[in-house]
Amino acid sequence: MFEATNLNRRNHQIQWLFKVLFGMMTLILIVPVALILGVLVAKGGPAISMEFLFSMPRNGLTEGGILPALIGTMWLVGVALLASVPVGIAAAIYLSEYAPDNWLTRGINLAIINLAGVPSIVHALFGVGAFVVFAGFGASILAASLTLAVMTLPVVIVATRESLQAVPMAFREACWNMGATRWQTIRIVVLPNSVSGILTGIILEVSRTAGETAPIMFTGAAMFLPFLPQGVLDQTMALSMHLFVISNSIPGMSEEFKYGTALVLISLVLLMNALSISFRVYLRGKKKW
Amino acid sequence: MVAPTVKLAVRDLRIAYGEEEAVSGISLDVHANEIFGIIGPAGSGKTSFLRALNRMEMFNDDMHVSGEIVFGGRDISDIRNVYALRQKIGVVFPLPVGLPMSVYDNVALSPRLRGVKNKAALDEIVERCLTRAALWDEVKDRLKALGSLLSGGQQQRLTIARALSQDPELLLLDEFSIAVDPVTTMRIEDVLRELKEEVTIILVTNLVQQARRLADRTAFFLSGELVEVAETEVLFTGEVKDQRTRDYVEGRFG
Ligand SMILES: Nc1ncnc2c1ncn2[C@@H]1O[C@H](COP(=O)(O)OP(=O)(O)OP(=O)(O)O)[C@@H](O)[C@H]1O
Ligand SMILES: [Mg+2]
Repeated sequence: MFEATNLNRRNHQIQWLFKVLFGMMTLILIVPVALILGVLVAKGGPAISMEFLFSMPRNGLTEGGILPALIGTMWLVGVALLASVPVGIAAAIYLSEYAPDNWLTRGINLAIINLAGVPSIVHALFGVGAFVVFAGFGASILAASLTLAVMTLPVVIVATRESLQAVPMAFREACWNMGATRWQTIRIVVLPNSVSGILTGIILEVSRTAGETAPIMFTGAAMFLPFLPQGVLDQTMALSMHLFVISNSIPGMSEEFKYGTALVLISLVLLMNALSISFRVYLRGKKKW
Repeated sequence: MVAPTVKLAVRDLRIAYGEEEAVSGISLDVHANEIFGIIGPAGSGKTSFLRALNRMEMFNDDMHVSGEIVFGGRDISDIRNVYALRQKIGVVFPLPVGLPMSVYDNVALSPRLRGVKNKAALDEIVERCLTRAALWDEVKDRLKALGSLLSGGQQQRLTIARALSQDPELLLLDEFSIAVDPVTTMRIEDVLRELKEEVTIILVTNLVQQARRLADRTAFFLSGELVEVAETEVLFTGEVKDQRTRDYVEGRFG
């Protein structure tokens, strides 16, 4: 009674065909990524050493290490996170939990999605005008980080809203029905069940800005500084900027140094991603409904 | 015979979802300390009726309510403090919702919202409400387990316990026994008969026999209209005003 009919067989073949087709598409996707990583490791790997990571550059950037750029990138991403997280989360909570579903809210949501597509060079110009000149921060970590923060706000809001909306509506209604206010409901059921998703989503998005060059180039990143930043009003070197400079403007720069710098930068981003993804997987294991 | 106290007075209640009218002008009184049954075929507006009583149109921009609902001497659409209103009304809807927190916290939530902090007082409320909802014996050893991971029938009883923990004046039950086994259902029905001393209960049910067992008076809804409301025994055995009521309770349509 379980013999395959012709129709069964054909369905099975078609299903196999699609599986192979989609699998190949995935391969095509993976190949360039793997190649990039492979080349970086092969060509940049030999440059990586304690000295490379933890000493100051010397002799017109051609010798020594990348310490100030590494530290600078951490400063920039850290301060950008501090600025964008509270604002982004608050805005996302408002849009997801309070705002009525009308044309204005829909318009704002659409604008946020579009903002995420604004080229980073445009954000750079905004940052120069708003933070360097108007706010008077000068070219500094603060100005550069705020520029990065503005640039990442849309993705922070979208990531947060997605986490909030993953909490079923029925939980909110059950709470409201007992006479809880909106805020009590957010505090009691919505946030506790989304905060980890929110944080990992944000880290994932914001760590990508570590690779941005344009927004920091005019707002606070320097080609070379012989000291580490001491505060947010200092200028700083940054990995992305450093890579840009040694790839374009320094004659006689060793290939190894260029690839080594790129490898450090991409490792930093991948490390942050890996951390937040494994945190997410860990949380998914503890499903609450 | 003394005239019964009216707990809830509904006048010309209309409910629409978008353009679609779901309840078209219902007027009725619910008396204090009675179990008021509502029966009617699918889509007749029973759930919508209950939603309006708890001002749930505020959760759904599509839902529009007009008419008058007088509860505790006030037209509820004028009550600014809807939170106090909802605290006085316990609701149990057919899809059970165990909140993603411990069983204990599920039941302690409403008292905590009211400001009860004392551990002993909370313990007492949790045990009393879970017992009344016929759930205590099953969960007393795992009060720390997640309420949202209980079985469907357990979550339904947890929802009942939560509604009771509000210490409500009015209890709205919408097909509360849909996922509960018959024996447990009987236990809860017994509790409802006792609760009647303290609470007014509106019981929506698709099981006409449940209305017959429990309700003092029963209303028959059809296509968003109130066909008739009468003493339950009259509705089921006596002289009904409308032939459609007779047909429905005898299972000839619906
Ligand atoms: N959220 C909603 N949006 C749009 N229409 C709705 C919504 N809820 C109910 N309706 C419509 O309103 C009418 C009445 O629905 P309601 O849920 O009140 O019926 P009911 O008597 O409770 O039915 P059942 O016995 O199946 O639970 C139906 O036609 C339904 O399609
Ligand atoms: Mg219903």
